[in-house]
Amino acid sequence: MLDACGVNSPEELFSHLPEAVRLNRPLALAPGISEYEIVQYFRDRAAENANGFASFLGAGVYNHFRPVMVDTVVSRGEFLTSYTPYQAEISQGTLTTIFEFQTMICQLTGMDVANASMYDGSTAVPEAAMMAARATGRAKALIAKSVHPEYREVLATYAKHQGMPVEEFGYVPEAGTIDLEDLDRKIDDLTAAVIVQSPNFFGIVDQVGAAAEMAHRRGALLVVVFTEAVSLGILEPPAGADIVAGELQSFAISPSYGGPYAGIIATRDKFIRQMPGRLVGQTTDSRGNRAFCLTLSTREQHICREKATSNICTNQALIALMATVFMTVYGKQGLRELAEQNLAKAHYLAGKLKPRFCGKFFNEFVAKVEGKSPDDANRALLRKKIIGGLPLGRFYPELADSMLLCATEMSRREQMDAVAEVLE
Amino acid sequence: MYPENFRYTKEHEWVLVEGDTGTIGITDHAQEELGDIVYVDLPKVGTHVDQGKSLGSVESVKAVSDVYSPVSGEIIDANPALADAPEKLNADPHGAAWLVKIRLSAPAEVENLMTASDYQTYIGAEK
Amino acid sequence: MITKVRSHLSQNEPLLFERSSPGKKAYQLPELDVPPVDAAETLGTENVRAEITSFPEVSEVETIRHFTRLSTWNYAIDYGMYPLGSCTMKYNPRINELVARTEGLAWAHPYQPEALSQGSLEIMARMEAALAEITGMDAVTLQPAAGAHGELTGILLIRALLEKRGNPRKKILIPDSAHGTNPATAAIAGYAVENIRSSETGVLDVGALERLVDGDVAALMVTNPNTLGVFEENIIHVAEILHAKGAMLYMDGANMNALVGIARPGDFGVDVLHLNLHKTFSTPHGGGGPGAGPVAVKKALEPFLPAPRLKRRGKKWAFDYKRKHSIGRVKAFYGNFGVLVRALAYILAHGGPGLRNATVDAVLNAVYIRKQLEPYFDLPYASPNMHEVVFSDDRQAKLGIRTGDIAKRLIDYGFHPYTVSFPLIVHGALMIEPTETEGKRELDQFIEAMISIAREAEADPQIIKTAPHGTRTSRVDEVTAARKPVLRWKPA
Repeated sequence: MLDACGVNSPEELFSHLPEAVRLNRPLALAPGISEYEIVQYFRDRAAENANGFASFLGAGVYNHFRPVMVDTVVSRGEFLTSYTPYQAEISQGTLTTIFEFQTMICQLTGMDVANASMYDGSTAVPEAAMMAARATGRAKALIAKSVHPEYREVLATYAKHQGMPVEEFGYVPEAGTIDLEDLDRKIDDLTAAVIVQSPNFFGIVDQVGAAAEMAHRRGALLVVVFTEAVSLGILEPPAGADIVAGELQSFAISPSYGGPYAGIIATRDKFIRQMPGRLVGQTTDSRGNRAFCLTLSTREQHICREKATSNICTNQALIALMATVFMTVYGKQGLRELAEQNLAKAHYLAGKLKPRFCGKFFNEFVAKVEGKSPDDANRALLRKKIIGGLPLGRFYPELADSMLLCATEMSRREQMDAVAEVLE
Repeated sequence: MYPENFRYTKEHEWVLVEGDTGTIGITDHAQEELGDIVYVDLPKVGTHVDQGKSLGSVESVKAVSDVYSPVSGEIIDANPALADAPEKLNADPHGAAWLVKIRLSAPAEVENLMTASDYQTYIGAEK
Repeated sequence: MITKVRSHLSQNEPLLFERSSPGKKAYQLPELDVPPVDAAETLGTENVRAEITSFPEVSEVETIRHFTRLSTWNYAIDYGMYPLGSCTMKYNPRINELVARTEGLAWAHPYQPEALSQGSLEIMARMEAALAEITGMDAVTLQPAAGAHGELTGILLIRALLEKRGNPRKKILIPDSAHGTNPATAAIAGYAVENIRSSETGVLDVGALERLVDGDVAALMVTNPNTLGVFEENIIHVAEILHAKGAMLYMDGANMNALVGIARPGDFGVDVLHLNLHKTFSTPHGGGGPGAGPVAVKKALEPFLPAPRLKRRGKKWAFDYKRKHSIGRVKAFYGNFGVLVRALAYILAHGGPGLRNATVDAVLNAVYIRKQLEPYFDLPYASPNMHEVVFSDDRQAKLGIRTGDIAKRLIDYGFHPYTVSFPLIVHGALMIEPTETEGKRELDQFIEAMISIAREAEADPQIIKTAPHGTRTSRVDEVTAARKPVLRWKPA
């Protein structure tokens, strides 16, 4: 091979590089280690994390059983080690599963069309806001304080340089739902998008219908966000939404300390061309057989470059496939039963505590902690090998005496009883 | 091939002027370069465009091309047939698949455009 | 002659919704250990959905058969070479998959107490340090989820620094050979894009750059080696020109597979770059993601990095949120941690010497392909190439065959196509990147296939134009898919 390349040694292949750019020492990294040592290294790190704790954390990342089938399917080399399906003839496996994914997301959210995934729920929010800006020709975004705080931070980062002013509107202290009067005061003819989350960050089923009505009256679009996908198994989909931006981590995606997850954007037919991200469409091959391919690519960066609807290229295909397998395993009945179990568990726990808000909730709720701080309560729980809820003071100073608790089908009665014992 | 009564731009648009209104389209050369056309994005009636500025775009599977207005004026009509059947633009770019009709605000601009034979020479040279 | 593949029966399989039958299930939940609650009462009747219309109902066996059958319709790295230029389709080590699933790592909740997350934090710290060493930079953020996301982060960092210095400036210079994400990113960051032409040798035209850099230019986004696989030999001078005018140098790190252990961007004047862990660092492409796009910066940009940052507190790691100059978050939580684990496993397995060897092999493989195919395909730029090589279809175009056709015919030979029609500065580009994964045998099979197709272009062009022939699906009608989009299944 060296002969064919016309060199005497591989080093000569780099001789054309200017001397000044060359690294003239070895990289200061330890030499390579064996498979066994690598496994041990990560086992040791895992041992330094929480192991064998029950957890009542939600707040955008949820503990749900992962059906065994999920890893079986995504471990197939054809799914794991294949590329973006640009060459349709040899990617029908990936393309078909994405088409099924898009369909199921539409069925769950009640929207007409869904894309093949965004990085996560948090980045789907600014993408949705930018979509609304394109569709309405307006610039401003209004976002509820009850949308996940880190999602709001991401929107702020993106919006800053888009010429998109962002304003927040509050929540009603008793119910924990959006403050419609505050929204009414702030919405105007410059508003492109009104962004609400349901169930919201406090776990409460929010006033999506009322928000839709208010937004549409002023010519703005309604963006509905969700972070707990299992809620779609039982909750009425957001009928008035123009764009749904959500997070699918609940669907067999490991919490994995924050990622990778999979976001989605789903919308109405009329906004298709404003949608970011990849889309798979149905067509035929030259023999007349049904086939799938990436389509409407002219929205995307590899064609439109600076006029693209987004800069997104790589998305979260394998993660979306995990969600697809999850949705298949549970199916129509299973998602409903799963959601009902979540509802039962969380309401059992809430029944023993003091929910801060009177609004209706799914599997998360805010509990007031009396007689001690939420941090102290959590310290006591840790001694029982339980990770308690999220103390809200870090995001909502007015709720510093409360914590956000989540119970799912994985939460056991005796663990919930232990939590109640410490918190009461 | 290229109608004598049209005038042409370097960006491969044509305009047919009749009195103070004009009909605008893209040339046969343009549709051939683009390949199968999948979507046409046209401006709303009432929009004002300046000569040389984009009035919309034409898409094939792998490319988007801006359509630049040969003349300045107000859009008075956009071809409704292209929404459902963009392929018409490949079949009859000089006739049934016109893009927009415009009321000219500066008719003198037409003097700067190419005649059919100029355009034919131009695309011959491009090759 | 086609030696790599032979035809084979592949299973048909309908869509899930076409397989569905009411009442079938593939799941079993435990019995409830708490009292059930009435949904309508608890949530309010108006909030409870009737059913999920047309959602699939299949059995476990149907599930495994469905996805297994579909998987066999894909090509994959596990099947053979993927010569996609700029994608770095190297082997995805299976140990990465194993370690990412270690329970204490996979189930870690991002909000669990820091004291109980020291393992995850140590992994992140180790990655930051390794990437800083590899790139020659001072600080690294692991927050961005993919390359394009990293690009946006990097440009926002530049904007923040320039703003602090008094003027964020207005435009970003981007070579005409750049990947589409570059201008798209610049636009989202609120900058105008100005294209800069490449010279006839395929590298940045330094004279043109000198003329274009003024007080309005915030940065140049460069890929090095560039998308032709050619090293930007004037990069140090380029950096000097930019810095002299107060502008910055952003490097798209997509082609790092040509540089690891050989040259470091931080040493040749780069201020900020992103890396693609799903390219250079072997994390799986998974049909289109996930990736991770860490961003590495020089000291001057460090204060602006997304919050939180990792900080040492005594013997432990902690997150520091007190970052008042930060550009803010680009993503919730801390980054695609699961992808970071896989990339770290790769780095640990190779070590310093191994990473350098991989680079050498990657370049050797690409140069070998170049030399073998040069007699058959037009090479638009004679400059030495590194880890990838770009041909043009000029010779074959005279016979009516374009790069897209050749790509489809390559499928019949048992390979995934190379990157078609990119970069845009080459007419009818064929962009080939073998990576270090491929041994001589696979490379030779690829070369033979390409030479055979070049011969077919002369003897039997029709077979190329109507390719692929051997696949389960023949050439797909992308035009109708775009004219009449059908983006979901609907019941009849």
